[in-house]
Amino acid sequence: MSEHFDAIVVGAGPSGNAAALTMAKAGLTVLQIDRGEYAGSKNVQGAILYADALERLIPDFREEAPLERHIVEQRMWLMDETSHVGAHYRSDDFNEDRPNRYTIIRAQFDQWFARAVRDAGALQLTETTVTGLVKDEAGTVVGVETDREGGPVFADVVVLGEGVNGLVGQRAGLRSELSPDHAALAVKEMHFLPQDVIENRFNLGSEDEGVVIEAVGAVSDGMVGTGFLYTNRESVSIGVGCMVSDFAATGTSPYRLLDRFKAHPSVKPLLAGSEMKEYAAHLIPEGGYGAIPALTGDGWIVVGDAGQFVNSVHREGSNLAMTTGRLAGEAVAALKCQGKPCTAANLKAYEAALQDSVVVKDLKKYRRLPATLHANKQFFTAYPAAVSKAMQTWLRVDGTDKRTKEKQMVGILRAARGGFRGLAGDMWKLARAWR
Amino acid sequence: MSDMTMNRTRLEERLYQNRYRVDEGRPHVRIRRRVHDSDALKSLLTICPAGCYARDERGRIEVATDGCMECGTCRIVCAKTGEIEWDYPRGGYGILFKFG
Repeated sequence: MSEHFDAIVVGAGPSGNAAALTMAKAGLTVLQIDRGEYAGSKNVQGAILYADALERLIPDFREEAPLERHIVEQRMWLMDETSHVGAHYRSDDFNEDRPNRYTIIRAQFDQWFARAVRDAGALQLTETTVTGLVKDEAGTVVGVETDREGGPVFADVVVLGEGVNGLVGQRAGLRSELSPDHAALAVKEMHFLPQDVIENRFNLGSEDEGVVIEAVGAVSDGMVGTGFLYTNRESVSIGVGCMVSDFAATGTSPYRLLDRFKAHPSVKPLLAGSEMKEYAAHLIPEGGYGAIPALTGDGWIVVGDAGQFVNSVHREGSNLAMTTGRLAGEAVAALKCQGKPCTAANLKAYEAALQDSVVVKDLKKYRRLPATLHANKQFFTAYPAAVSKAMQTWLRVDGTDKRTKEKQMVGILRAARGGFRGLAGDMWKLARAWR
Repeated sequence: MSDMTMNRTRLEERLYQNRYRVDEGRPHVRIRRRVHDSDALKSLLTICPAGCYARDERGRIEVATDGCMECGTCRIVCAKTGEIEWDYPRGGYGILFKFG
């Protein structure tokens, strides 16, 4: 093994793989290091794959990648303890030659992705934990220390795709500690069911069609958070995620929360008879635009979750990871090609590319939302409950005339926020944060 | 069975489904004891998704990392108090997700 590489990539998740693949394809010598038993064994996601970001890296990925089902239907639920009000969107247009979104199982998908990185010529080292960065006297990052024998490994640039719980960059002083109000804790279970049962239960036309359910309301028990359920081919991924600061303040058990979600009368029949085969927990960076740390410096560059690149409103993360990884890889490859060093000044090309990309445009759009939701828990409590109550009033036929029912419904919504002023104020806050 | 015990049992059944390679004698999370356990540390009794935190006979918080899924929640919750020492397990050890 040559002791000096053009680039070292820390981590074999979507961002690290995208960066390593891009640089290896451009002819750079790349060493990728992952602490898992195999590349991907430490990685957790819901998981939805957004085709666009991967297509830009591997155009024909559909031919080989282990994909579960493409999404034909999105169900959005507002829940109270016994009910849900849903908005569903289903379209046969999603049954297309090149579907837009898929469910995936990350352990399998990541192994395939990592193989593509190796095939492009990168060297992969698994079962190896990066323990620190090596800097020269000037403070430039010149390599990494690992828990393997043989001393440090050197490179012109270190790409940090180390994930949300990324200790390497943080301990090297490249970014501050992740704050509990900038991260959500998500817990998830994998429930196995026969393929045809999934198709019948979720009204799916074939083994390739899938459904996504996103739930807001009672599922987060007063905290800022959501629940989700994704159909895989022979399993269902079900989980709940809420802000770590809310968990800490309330002392809520994440697994109790998940149990409640699973036991909800709207969810329970969907899982009946399933076999649970894995329980996972993971953090999700949800600080948004304002929480993006320093991304480049002399000899280093940050990609993916380590850079807080998650759009929590649209549940997009892995695609932003792939896009930031690709843009970082392209920036490094361009410098190499021009014979320029990976200095902080030269690596700014990556940040410029990010500014022009959908990643930063979207995060900027929602920059006010994390704080707004944090300060206005009623969007997760009073509103879902009131909407449910109003719907029930509307639908229950009990001898009350419709005009009276309409008055009752308006009353329920008003009462949820102590009058129209509260309602109007909330709508304004939400609209402002959304813009 | 009390609610607490039942939660505990269900959690253990869950963790039983997971694959781990335990690095015997080298826990990757340790508690740096203060005179009193902080509220942040105490919150881990319930919010750790793997239930790694419990009280010892003296009522102090202790950690057992066997079921740890390496999420990092305890690390960031106690970052300010400095009560948690958190490292990644050695390469290849710890949780090995089958599905992720």
